[in-house]
Amino acid sequence: MLFEQILFFLAAAGALGGALGVVVLRNPFFSVLALVGHLLALAVLFLLLRAEFVAAAQVVVYAGAVMVLYVFVVAYVGGSEEPLGPSLGAVRALGPMLAAALLAEIAIATIGTGLKAVGSRGPEVAAGFGSPQAIGALFMERFLVAFEAASYLLLLAAVAAVVLARRRRGLEDAGGERMYQVGRRPGTGPQATDRSSDEQGGYGGRAIDKSAARASGGSA
Amino acid sequence: MSMTWFVVLSAFIFCIGAAGILTRRNPLVILLCLELMLNAGNVALLAFARAHGDGAGQVFALVVIAIAACEVVIGLGLIVAMYRRKLPIDADEMSELRG
Repeated sequence: MLFEQILFFLAAAGALGGALGVVVLRNPFFSVLALVGHLLALAVLFLLLRAEFVAAAQVVVYAGAVMVLYVFVVAYVGGSEEPLGPSLGAVRALGPMLAAALLAEIAIATIGTGLKAVGSRGPEVAAGFGSPQAIGALFMERFLVAFEAASYLLLLAAVAAVVLARRRRGLEDAGGERMYQVGRRPGTGPQATDRSSDEQGGYGGRAIDKSAARASGGSA
Repeated sequence: MSMTWFVVLSAFIFCIGAAGILTRRNPLVILLCLELMLNAGNVALLAFARAHGDGAGQVFALVVIAIAACEVVIGLGLIVAMYRRKLPIDADEMSELRG
């Protein structure tokens, strides 16, 4: 019991510190690192809430995969130090005030709640509560539609990210384009079409993009 | 531990994230603050799941994690596209749609 409380306050302090670090630190790279610490502290809290599988998913998926994606993009875009100073003057000061008002509102709602379960420790749960078995059974029996919808959403997001981040002709500088054409696998796109579309512009970019997408899809 | 502690912690994290979204100008950091808010929602969901002894809240939390992954992928794709077009990576400068 005492151990549980100590663990809660340590993890809560870590989570709050990480969250503040994300907001306050000026270098985006350090913000990402603060978020990793925040997520790990949250995983400890999830364990206290008997959500073992969610805690494991949090560490593996979030602190592992998603944060690596962030670090890559920060390294690619370049973590430029952003000036924290106000650019819009008085409007800028409204942000923290609105957040404080939101906190006061949620605090009133939480403390004044009529829900009895919120103030309790929760019922005693069986040993398998929150295990992968229990979660899997719930997903397959009660929430199958949500499960399938989430999987479709992930697929859509993956396709959309490829479409968003691909190279487009006409927007890049000429050097990048030439490198791209050299790097393209020969034989995947008809050369004659590319030549003629180079003069035409416009449509050629799409054709090259499609052939490149086909090539990358074939190799993947 | 009373579940109130967890819900209050969730409220704090949510408001810190909201403050970050309202004040920061780097879209990367805005995405990170969105993550904070989604995680605050996760804490509340898991606390309510524990309070009711029902696993449904944990399933919701997992779905939220999936949604957050989608949001990150799309957001980072947008930022990479902005960088490729040599647009400034600054939410205040991106005002072409303001009308």
